[in-house]
Amino acid sequence: MPASPDLLRVDDLGLRCELGSFHVDPWRPVEHAVITHAHADHARPGSGRYWCAEAGLGLARRRLGAKAEITPIPYGQPFDLGSVRVSLHPAGHVLGSAQVRVESPAGEVWVAAGDYKRAHDPTCAPFEPIPCDAFITEATFALPVYRFPEPGIVMDEIVRWWRENAERGRVCVLFCYALGKAQRLLAELHARREQLPQAFAWVHGSTNLLNPAYAEGGIDLLPTRRVSDRDANNPKDAHGKRDYTGHLVLAPPSAAGSTWMRRFGPASRVDTAFASGWMHIRGVRRRRGYDRGFVISDHADWADLVRTIEEIGCRRVLATHGSSRTLARYLREQGLDASELETPYETEGEDG
Amino acid sequence: MRRFADLFERLDRTTSTNARLDAMAAYFRETPPEDAAWGVYFLIGEKLKRLVKSADLRRWAMREAGIEEWLFRECRASVGDMAETIALLLPERAHDPEPSPEPVLLLETLGEDADAPSERDLSLSRWVERLSVLRHLEPREQERRVVSWWRELSAREVFILNKLMTGALRVGVSRTLVVRALARAFNIEKERVAHRLMGGFEPTPDAFCRLIAPEGSAEDRNVSRPYPFFLASPIAATSDQEADVESLGDAREYLAEWKWDGIRAQLIKRAGEAGGSLTLWSRGDEDLTLRFPEVTAAAARTPGAFVLDGELVAYDHDAQRPHPFGVLQTRIGRTNVHERALREAPGVFIAYDVLELDAADLRSRALVERRRLLEDLLHAHAGDRRAITVSECVVATSWEALRERRASSRSRGVEGLMLKRLDSPYRVGRVRGDWWKWKVEPLTIDAVLTYAQPGSGRRANLLTDYTFSVWRNEPGGELVTITKAYSGLNAKEIETLDKWIRQHTLERFGPVRRVEPTHVFEIGFEAIGVSDRHKAGLALRFPRMLRWRTDKNPHDADTLASVLELLPSRGADAPPAQTVQEADALHPLPEKTEDSRTL
Ligand SMILES: [Zn+2]
Ligand SMILES: [Zn+2]
Repeated sequence: MPASPDLLRVDDLGLRCELGSFHVDPWRPVEHAVITHAHADHARPGSGRYWCAEAGLGLARRRLGAKAEITPIPYGQPFDLGSVRVSLHPAGHVLGSAQVRVESPAGEVWVAAGDYKRAHDPTCAPFEPIPCDAFITEATFALPVYRFPEPGIVMDEIVRWWRENAERGRVCVLFCYALGKAQRLLAELHARREQLPQAFAWVHGSTNLLNPAYAEGGIDLLPTRRVSDRDANNPKDAHGKRDYTGHLVLAPPSAAGSTWMRRFGPASRVDTAFASGWMHIRGVRRRRGYDRGFVISDHADWADLVRTIEEIGCRRVLATHGSSRTLARYLREQGLDASELETPYETEGEDG
Repeated sequence: MRRFADLFERLDRTTSTNARLDAMAAYFRETPPEDAAWGVYFLIGEKLKRLVKSADLRRWAMREAGIEEWLFRECRASVGDMAETIALLLPERAHDPEPSPEPVLLLETLGEDADAPSERDLSLSRWVERLSVLRHLEPREQERRVVSWWRELSAREVFILNKLMTGALRVGVSRTLVVRALARAFNIEKERVAHRLMGGFEPTPDAFCRLIAPEGSAEDRNVSRPYPFFLASPIAATSDQEADVESLGDAREYLAEWKWDGIRAQLIKRAGEAGGSLTLWSRGDEDLTLRFPEVTAAAARTPGAFVLDGELVAYDHDAQRPHPFGVLQTRIGRTNVHERALREAPGVFIAYDVLELDAADLRSRALVERRRLLEDLLHAHAGDRRAITVSECVVATSWEALRERRASSRSRGVEGLMLKRLDSPYRVGRVRGDWWKWKVEPLTIDAVLTYAQPGSGRRANLLTDYTFSVWRNEPGGELVTITKAYSGLNAKEIETLDKWIRQHTLERFGPVRRVEPTHVFEIGFEAIGVSDRHKAGLALRFPRMLRWRTDKNPHDADTLASVLELLPSRGADAPPAQTVQEADALHPLPEKTEDSRTL
């Protein structure tokens, strides 16, 4: 049988499907774009027409703008583009994240998984393994040293951290990415609301913007208040100055070390933490200089990457993001046809 | 072990001095002396001798984790630390329990195993016993034991265990902080604890109990024990990066001395049983008594009992200046001192101060008074002045005059000036206000970044170990490695450079990347000497990056000839050109292999 050309391959604009005349997560504007999720390196504005998972429409809309032409598709419902049949399936990464399944007229099936994880996340539908011939996987944490603890255990640690700091009269600032991680934490905290020192959390403006998309999706989050200079509701101490003692503040990592932090008082009264898979490595924890690192990731760890590829049972794997070279070599040694796919997706990007 | 691992984790987690003090104080209070002794020992930076080879440890871990060597190496490169890599790679174990927020209780409750705590959590001292046997075992037996320990410990404890076995445990707290924690835990003056900790610490329960004994106990009269050193502080800089000496007040209130580039040490001669004792202690807490017999012999001939603070240098009596630090180093490593070493690199103890005279502690007296006693003591025995001398006073009545004298530092082979208030007592540690160091400006060259590799520890994921080169002959020709440097850039520059390096790597040799010779850096250093460490045949002392010269292109970097201009006393040494050739001949390997090996 003559080898058929790849159903999906990288061109200057993105991951291209020639037969369907569309791109998956294009990094430059194209005519037709199927997007896996709303993170900035996957959903870029400027394309003619977009398709995304229905559950992700709210976030995609906020990312791509009010004028973008977006067609929401329910998970699992096939639709035709050119001569291929496309369907979107849960990736478990963030709300509305999808794997893109593409089936050629000859019956060959490719799945571009985008970013994904297998760990529990109350804000999105769990990852579904889709049988296929070729699987395009991410490899953000594709080294065997990345074996993440159960998120439930880490969440309990976060609650404990908040409580201890509240008792010691300190402010907790938990850095996390504004899209996905923040809401996942808020949902997990909501589930533990009985144990929390406060009934709500403070959030940075950028995080606050995205929360309504989750409410629209029917996901319960811990109530939040926006940290703002003007907001009359901000807590005040006896001298009329704002006082966040005993409170938890969620903020994007870019706020760390910025003047925005000054409002929480002297550094000695603020305990900072970062919630990310990168916190698994001591050197990274120390370099970033947070008081605590909570290992909670929206990406699959090594064990889950390998397990997923085994479960899917595909003969061919293409790896993107991060340690793609390592993952490809490892899989080749396991007898698979594996290679790396050069893409400009963030390696240590916003959603670690 | 769990208690110590928890302490390590707590110290690792926070940068707050107070939190660290609290964590250590709680540990010392709540830990039995036999364990606390080892805790002190490791916290002040002492290590066990390496018990197993790193290569063996790596092989066992690969077998236990079922991982190929190439994959292990990639993990190691990403994590930046072997002990941690192994801890993270070993097969699934229970999640590390949180270190408890409260000080750990003496009897930890261990759930259903509470009856057999020794099985579940061996004490640190028992672990040290367990470990010390390792060295005498066959590799196969070593492996069997180590692997069985790995299986029973949590990842956090495996990390500590690996660090202990490879003699590489670094807790990263200063000795001063440990002293303060002990003082806080047992309510003793910190100066007292610092003093008791001088002269080496034996990790025994007795030693720990002596360390924390109430004030005024017999422990404070040990005959060979040095005093804690008083350290000078750097002078705050003015806006144009000059030391702001004027801010120190009147120059006439200070004693100025040369800042010698040697080893700070105390020479201790005390009366006692069996003829008393004579010891030479370095500031690094090393006993140098046997290494510098010419100095101790001179001290023995000097009548009386005393403790002197001074600088140990290797002195060039003909040139009337100290030899470069490298020459002194050849003496430090040796206990059996040859005739030739005594002739070519004679040790001289340059005394700054007298801390004790005939059993009386003089430290609270004014410097000017101590100085007079020091001169009386040593000048009365002028015959021994070759091996013990009094540090020369640099006499000047104004900062301007001192600034002029300081300009001659480099030609005298000193690092600059020390300024000490005439009325200052001899304090403990680095207390700002009385003693200042006024170093000369660093020497500088412009060099091109040519290689980079990941740093270690907290910089493990960033390329922060840089190698720099200068032009061998004419700019644009061949570049020759001159030095490595790690420090001097800010976090933002490091990150920018890291990104650039990854995009402009020409070749990779393991973790080392050869990069496009594009970026020029101003490298500052204290001194330059001949060495075969780098291909240029030179070694820079204390090199660091002063500035990223984005305004310069690589052709503007220095040439070997211009760097050689900086070598001191060129006439006296071998001709520089020849030196370079000789140095290169030591590494007859082709360029590529040589660099990847030595970098
Ligand atoms: Zn993502
Ligand atoms: Zn991504």
